[in-house]
Amino acid sequence: MIDLDLGPLWLTLQLAGATVIVLLLIGTPIAWWLTFTSSRLRTIVEAIVALPIVLPPTVLGFYLLIALGPHGLVGGPWNELTGSTLSFSFTGLVMASTLYSLPFVVQPLHGAFEAIGKNPLEAAWALGASKLDTFFTVASPMAIRGYLTAIVLGFTHTLGEFGVVLMVGGNIPGQTKVLSIAIYDHVEVLEYAQAHTLSAGLLIFSFVVLLAVYTANRRLPIHAA
Amino acid sequence: MSQLAANFDLAFSGFHLQVNINVPAEGVIAIFGPSGCGKTTFLRCLAGLERAPIGAMVLNAHIWQDERQGVFVPLPQRPIGYVFQEPRLFPHLNVQANLQYGWQRTAKSERRITLEQVVHVLDIETLLERSPSALSGGEQQRVAIGRALLTSPKLLLMDEPLSSLDFHRKREILPFIQRLDTEFHIPIVYVSHDLHEIVELAKTVVLLKEGKVACSGPIEEVFAQLNLRYLIPENHLGAIIDTTVAEQDQEFGLTKLAFSGGHLHVPHHHRRIGERLRVQILAKDVSIVSSPPAFQTSVLNLLQATVVEIGEVNANHPFVDIKLDIGCPLLATITRKSLATLKLHPGQRVHAQIKAVALGPETNHSKF
Repeated sequence: MIDLDLGPLWLTLQLAGATVIVLLLIGTPIAWWLTFTSSRLRTIVEAIVALPIVLPPTVLGFYLLIALGPHGLVGGPWNELTGSTLSFSFTGLVMASTLYSLPFVVQPLHGAFEAIGKNPLEAAWALGASKLDTFFTVASPMAIRGYLTAIVLGFTHTLGEFGVVLMVGGNIPGQTKVLSIAIYDHVEVLEYAQAHTLSAGLLIFSFVVLLAVYTANRRLPIHAA
Repeated sequence: MSQLAANFDLAFSGFHLQVNINVPAEGVIAIFGPSGCGKTTFLRCLAGLERAPIGAMVLNAHIWQDERQGVFVPLPQRPIGYVFQEPRLFPHLNVQANLQYGWQRTAKSERRITLEQVVHVLDIETLLERSPSALSGGEQQRVAIGRALLTSPKLLLMDEPLSSLDFHRKREILPFIQRLDTEFHIPIVYVSHDLHEIVELAKTVVLLKEGKVACSGPIEEVFAQLNLRYLIPENHLGAIIDTTVAEQDQEFGLTKLAFSGGHLHVPHHHRRIGERLRVQILAKDVSIVSSPPAFQTSVLNLLQATVVEIGEVNANHPFVDIKLDIGCPLLATITRKSLATLKLHPGQRVHAQIKAVALGPETNHSKF
């Protein structure tokens, strides 16, 4: 039997789960705003949201390290408020992953909201539904495919992050040592069997999740048109 | 009597809407005009979907907008129903859930219209469990009308609800819209660029041209005016007359219609005796003879008439519109040459020959 530490796996799942929840909470209003605003800031925000797709993770990680550090833009005030540092902590990792995976959640939602358009929303308002009511009873059920895609992409993309985690989180077992880093560690010390098991596990898991989502997407009755 | 008063001044890229109306809030109030004249924008202002910076709207003393005092009731809080050009049903809800969406959001004390009534009037019993995507265009639009009605609105706004439908589907829905007024007593603001729909439905008509009200009032009065030539397409000019079906002539396949000035014979029309029928007599189908023709004429409808008014004579235009009185107003388009030959003048007794009578239903629809 291979001596396999499953800690990194649980940590990774926790990180991805927490990141997706945070992303849905902040990604939804961003995507909504991008869809329905007529502000000139729209294109700028769109470009900023897309940045993590094109930036090398190490670049993103480098700036995050500075921002989240004890004297950084975010880390400084955080340190004063909570007395703990953000860099090399799980919370810091969630923040970093949120930024790193932001486009993978915002873009599917943006696409879904755009496909819905203003028409059904106006119809709901005319039927007496408030804007919030309309969002929950018309827009979000109609955007269900977009949400499914956003959740899966956000989750799996966070599972696979490496560069950002290494820069911001380091390699602290139980705190910031996630799956991809564990695999790297195993390879570095030539523990190929362990690296194989973890890699294959991640590969199969990702494939199964994507397969399930695409199947579900096909069967979902909602066509946002 | 209840009134609908609205005044909007709204400008956006290359378009300026400046509308001021004050009309009785009963029956169908038709907003008529060519594409791009601001009909839909006006309706959206009435709904509160657009907020005119200079604007006021009052229905039966309820103020929904008064920008001078900063009053603007947002759409969800206005007791209106809005039927859009497209049905806009919610695809994730079945027909029944779509119908109940607005009903559930209407205060219990305000609910005057029940699901059973709407389902009955619109004939949608068999559709309730279906998904909107499984319905035809006409069925979807009926459900959309029902959904709006179930909010028990004080005013129903309809934006060309039939425009996306083919001729037969239109024929299927028009009677339902006619019944809304009699069954539920809800005033309807009805936007259309299809004159036949308006002739059939409207009590009041507002003609829009380039964002402004060109003319408004009871439909019979508006269409009896002489100055319409420059507001509506020439082939739509003509007086509107309310008639009742008096007789069915089986032998010759004719229907005899009675109106305040006598009778009109029209090709057989499938209606019961005594039924009311509103017809339009296009001005181009009316000719004037100074005395009854000595010889026989093939024109069935020859009516005594008095010249009321001669329309504007335009040297660049061969035609002139004449307003006649045949017990009710009638418009005739004749050539300037005929006007000179007949020496027409107000008060003159003449005869009007009516070549054809345009009937609301069962005739082909023509559009702008």
